[in-house]
Amino acid sequence: MGDTIASLLIGEIGIIQDFCLDAIPLNLLEMGCLPGKEVRLLQIAPLKDPLYIKVNGSHLAIRIETAKQINITKLL
Amino acid sequence: MQGNSVLNIALVGNPNTGKTSLFNQLTGLNQKVGNYPGITVDKKQGKCKISEHLTAEIIDLPGTYSINPTTLDETIVLETLLDDSNSSFPDLVIVVAEVENLKRNLFLFSQIKDLKFPSILVINMSDQMARKGITIDIDALKKELKSEIILISARKNLGIDALKREIENYENWNTEPIANISEKIDSVFFETIKTTFPEFSLYKSWLLITQQKNCNFLSSKLHHKITEFNKDNEKVGKYQHKETIYRYQIINEILKKTYSVDKNEATDLRSRLDRILTHKTYGYIIFFGILMLIFQSIFEWASLPMDLIDSLFASLSELAKTNLPKGTFTNLIAEGVIPGIGGIVIFIPQIAILFLFIATLEETGYMSRVVFLMDKIMRKFGMSGKSIIPLISGTACAIPAIMASRNISDWKERLITILVIPFTTCSARLPVYAILIALIIPDERIFGIFNLQGLTLMGLYLLGFTAAISSAVLLHNVLKIKTKSLFVIEMPNYKLPSFKNVFYEVVEKTRAFIFGAGKIILALSIILWFLASNGSDKFKKADEIVSKQESANNLPDEVLNKKIASYRLEHSYIGNMGKVIEPVIKPMGYDWKIGIALISSFAAREVFIGALATIYNVESEGENVTTIKERMAAEVDPVTGEKRFNFATGMSLLLFYAFAMQCIGTLAIVKRETKSWKWPILQLTGMGALAYIVSVITFSILS
Repeated sequence: MGDTIASLLIGEIGIIQDFCLDAIPLNLLEMGCLPGKEVRLLQIAPLKDPLYIKVNGSHLAIRIETAKQINITKLL
Repeated sequence: MQGNSVLNIALVGNPNTGKTSLFNQLTGLNQKVGNYPGITVDKKQGKCKISEHLTAEIIDLPGTYSINPTTLDETIVLETLLDDSNSSFPDLVIVVAEVENLKRNLFLFSQIKDLKFPSILVINMSDQMARKGITIDIDALKKELKSEIILISARKNLGIDALKREIENYENWNTEPIANISEKIDSVFFETIKTTFPEFSLYKSWLLITQQKNCNFLSSKLHHKITEFNKDNEKVGKYQHKETIYRYQIINEILKKTYSVDKNEATDLRSRLDRILTHKTYGYIIFFGILMLIFQSIFEWASLPMDLIDSLFASLSELAKTNLPKGTFTNLIAEGVIPGIGGIVIFIPQIAILFLFIATLEETGYMSRVVFLMDKIMRKFGMSGKSIIPLISGTACAIPAIMASRNISDWKERLITILVIPFTTCSARLPVYAILIALIIPDERIFGIFNLQGLTLMGLYLLGFTAAISSAVLLHNVLKIKTKSLFVIEMPNYKLPSFKNVFYEVVEKTRAFIFGAGKIILALSIILWFLASNGSDKFKKADEIVSKQESANNLPDEVLNKKIASYRLEHSYIGNMGKVIEPVIKPMGYDWKIGIALISSFAAREVFIGALATIYNVESEGENVTTIKERMAAEVDPVTGEKRFNFATGMSLLLFYAFAMQCIGTLAIVKRETKSWKWPILQLTGMGALAYIVSVITFSILS
């Protein structure tokens, strides 16, 4: 426990476990970021924020404060 | 459709699916941009011939990922689809999807289907399926979605005819919903919705309940009913999330049976480009390189056509004066209308070039990378990465720039962006800068390379940008608005820009400027001309009065006429206005004539030069027309005998124009976008006070 999207290293993959629904914008869900989906960290912006991820087939950039709200299990 | 053979078709789709390309293919140049009632969001419409007997009015709705809006643009989609009393309420909906992101596109499609619209799924970029290793079992997908599907390639104009043929048959389409939200979430709760709102489909009622604040079309009765219903239901937000998850479950099931990607075929170009374009050093170097290129082009490429336009309108004025019969009407045309129109047309080259770049960069997918690169930096100033595009657009014109801020979903970030945009050096300041710099800064080079005039101009640009950033920091600390970050941005795949799309975008933006800002500029030029050529008693009797005063001096006619003309100007309506404000502007180093130009340019900056031209023109009636610059250089302070536009006055004017909020068009748009007078008034007074103080200080130090 304790891992979130923000703790992924570049190239690492995790499975989304859950998140606090109030902290996550609905449009992020609608773009495919859902529990059970694989998420891969593609890049981090030069100033460590935002994060560039691939989730459920979508390429998205989200801010680190949002990423910290999404719990994952890292895949080895 | 019998009898009435015009069909309303709405074009809906995610951003970056090529929806606009399809719209351009269907309508060609047969499109127009209007406004939705009450708001300023552009409504793109066009006519399309579907068959011999059937014409369609196609509306290109803003790109969205879902019917639940997060930005102002997306609210339009919701309203258009729910408000059936609207004249553009669609008879059918085309949902544009794209082969690679079909899953996410289907999310929106499933929502549209559930609203029971006759709807068709159009899968774009189908020509790239083989290259990307994608296979779709279309027949099976049609069955699963209970819908017709057409594969197209909008860029290559493939499949468009098949789409039109299918549309002819739209009355026979299946309008069953795809997702049965009630069963899966809370059947009891949804049953009460059904009984409370029997007049609507279940999904429509659900949307009305969840999106009540975004539905401005509701009758007060219905509004009340929904409020009543929402009072005892706190589950709504939770159920929205559940609905989303449920929809994706259905879509995943469907796609598992019908869609497959061979990963080995997927290309690596995207990740390689991403690594360079968002690199911590190269990324910024490339971005600033592109910015330099844009600004360079605005000046270099636009200067020739601008000069041509300038001299064209000058000779048109001359032509009108010499060829039309003498009289008030001719004067109105030659001194009011023609220079007024010229004052609008002269901005077209710069605006067109700027939007050429912006449209191209957006088409390629690069703009999302800029947002990604700049977001953190811009947040330090209380803005968002998405503020970059409005701020760059602001260098052409603040009006489209403020409209471009609509896709910033965070209200505080959007508000700050809107408030600071007018500090960026818009093209209306350029003619003022150009002429003043030419008057007060010597045309010399330092170190043999840098042109002093060019450096000054660059300095003014930097000054505007610094002012924007510092006021953003100030606002960020002062404004106490709590918002939740909704920042999510798609990073689309890179693609080559389509010439057609870029071209239409440039035409559209330029047209919007001409008809938006242009009207004001033209109207003001005419009013100004009227105020300068009419006046009270002293104005009317200028001939007598001056002749009497000077009768002893026996002046030659030429000198006498000049004296009469300037006496007349002084006592015209506008002259009186200038005299009234003279004490206020004296500390900045201006006289009443500059005051007149200042008053006029409170509506639009570029009017300053035109106003001075009008004033000096009226004054120099009968003389050979010299250029405005020569005329300004010759202007002398009657008291000190010094040049009017000396270094101190010139600098003071430059700084005044850099900071002051002088644009009615911008104020009006800020009012509309923020729905309050508070913010435009804050801009007007805050920027005005800053400009005044800086100018007074500058003048007193320099003189």
